[in-house]
Amino acid sequence: MKYVRVFAVAAVAGAVALGAVAWFGAGLLHNSPPSAVFEIGGPFVLASSKGGVVDSKLLQGKPYAVFFGFTHCPEVCPTTLNDMSNSLVALGDAAKDFRVFFITVDPARDTVETMKDYVSNFDPRIDALVPTEEQLKQLVSDFRVYYAKVPTSDGGYTMDHTATTFLFDRGGKLVGTLAYDEAEDARQAKLKRLLGG
Amino acid sequence: MSLFKQINFAATLLLAAGLGFSDAQAHEIKLGDLVIHHPWSRQSPMAADVAAGFMTITNNGKEDDRLVKATSEVSKLVQVHDMKMVGDVMKMVELPDGLVIPAGATVKLKPKGLHLMFMGLERQVVEGEEFTGTLTFEKAGSVTVEYEVAAPGGDMSDMH
Repeated sequence: MKYVRVFAVAAVAGAVALGAVAWFGAGLLHNSPPSAVFEIGGPFVLASSKGGVVDSKLLQGKPYAVFFGFTHCPEVCPTTLNDMSNSLVALGDAAKDFRVFFITVDPARDTVETMKDYVSNFDPRIDALVPTEEQLKQLVSDFRVYYAKVPTSDGGYTMDHTATTFLFDRGGKLVGTLAYDEAEDARQAKLKRLLGG
Repeated sequence: MSLFKQINFAATLLLAAGLGFSDAQAHEIKLGDLVIHHPWSRQSPMAADVAAGFMTITNNGKEDDRLVKATSEVSKLVQVHDMKMVGDVMKMVELPDGLVIPAGATVKLKPKGLHLMFMGLERQVVEGEEFTGTLTFEKAGSVTVEYEVAAPGGDMSDMH
């Protein structure tokens, strides 16, 4: 009798636990919150506008930032890169080893050559990276970013994309983000903290 | 001086006079019931294929009007786009039927929202310069406007 009761309690507890896991899991899937439970980011080896590739393994010991965009972008991308350039200049020597990667979500149009010309408008610490379509799929999954082609009436397209800048510390761990159009002092404080740590 | 040269010279003088005149008024253009305030753009990064155009349009009339077409001397085509942030995602959408300017209302084209999208840039748009474009409205008709070009990241939305 005693065993039966223990079994029943265990079964109920098990069911409750399963239910909780299912509920929590479903909640995560539906809302996909940028929860701390997730590791954001992942290893990458991508063609660089500075020639050759950038291998994230070789970034150990250097803080870096990652931003996704495309060159046919009228506002968010140039503004973000412009803000970042201004921040880098203001940070001066403190940002000496800091690297900023602008990764295109539009490799069909953004070749290494195009990206090279494009980033030449900004601080030289900003490097443009061009993934293949396959690599882009992996990045989107690793960084949990979103992008989509939006057709326009001329037969071309523009793109939706996540406008967040991801900040990684010297150990390659995500430690913060910069939102699009976040106030300059808040951005600067976050970058200072990143570079000081 | 050949006749052609004389005409050309006269035309240049007229053009210069015309530009001088329009400069003084450049940033408030009246077209029927519409008043267009301060068209402006931003320096485009070198190698960029696009730039954005902004302005404020007031419709003092009793009927809605609609911006149906725009052209510019710097790009192959111009479209009306709307941009919004949905969470952390920048979403861009074309308004293929143009932009309605409701009767008695003011519509602002400004950074982080409605804008003209100059696509297929023929050249870089550079801070300090002005370039021309046309705007065609369903009722008010067409007008040539000049866009003043702000610095990268600059904002002239509040200038009238």
